[in-house]
Amino acid sequence: MARVVVDVMLKPEILDPQGQAVANALPRLGVDDVSSVRIGRRIEIDFVGEADLDRAREIADKLLANPVIEEFSLRVVDAESDAVDSRP
Amino acid sequence: MTARVGVVTFPGSLDDGDAARAVRLAGGDAVRLWHNDSDLQGVDAVVLPGGFSYGDYLRCGAIARFAPMMESIVAAARDGLPVLGICNGFQILCEAHLLPGALTRNQHLHFRNRDQLLRVESIDTAFTNSFSAGQEVLIPVKNGEGCYVADERTLDELEATGRVVARYLGGNPNGSQRDIAAITNEAGNVVGIMPHPEHAVEALTGPSLDGLGFFTSILKHLAGAPA
Repeated sequence: MARVVVDVMLKPEILDPQGQAVANALPRLGVDDVSSVRIGRRIEIDFVGEADLDRAREIADKLLANPVIEEFSLRVVDAESDAVDSRP
Repeated sequence: MTARVGVVTFPGSLDDGDAARAVRLAGGDAVRLWHNDSDLQGVDAVVLPGGFSYGDYLRCGAIARFAPMMESIVAAARDGLPVLGICNGFQILCEAHLLPGALTRNQHLHFRNRDQLLRVESIDTAFTNSFSAGQEVLIPVKNGEGCYVADERTLDELEATGRVVARYLGGNPNGSQRDIAAITNEAGNVVGIMPHPEHAVEALTGPSLDGLGFFTSILKHLAGAPA
């Protein structure tokens, strides 16, 4: 099976209150050396045949991410072995 | 002829009933439109109501944008059809690129539900021509993702061109940049507002009748008042 993984993150300049809330909770775990936490979304798209990066990019651009506030990266993953063919 | 104002129902819409009622109280005919149809039934204006369309999955409004009815509305809005997006409707309008910017999680992470004072700053739109410039109105706000964000250039442009339609007064309920509660597009026929004018149209249920002005404005606009 051909899988494309899409990672969607808020742009650095967009405030991430969820990430901040998590960062603020870390001292309760005894963690005090973390300066920032930001939360994004990982989306796995399984193609019927070959992984189609261009099509995946179109899906990400039109639907999965909102370019006003988010940026995304794509990579093809071997779904069976989970070996990562890394593409920025 | 009575103005026919469409109110769209998406799966997860909550305030479509109230919006239709507000249209009727203002003197218009409310026409219920279904997300999965594409026929606008010849309506003169459209209201996208509040709620949680498609469960707010992915991002608020992101999936609603691709509904067949939305594709018809986007095309008609570009030709001048008046469209008012309230709360989730505002989010949908941003996702559909009919309005600039985006609505994100409230800065304090709390769902905010209260009666909110606003200042109406632009009365040149199809939905605010019944107000006087600078008029203060009290209408309910209820959102979890109402924090308006856009890049500095867009914000500057909105302010310079008089496209900030309303601002929060007496405390910003969600962290919106520059206290923005409502904006309009360049032509003034598309307005997105985060608070809920349709919940302030009757003394029995609302904190004021101030919301009615947004709906009477549609009728005034359609009757030929300058937009």
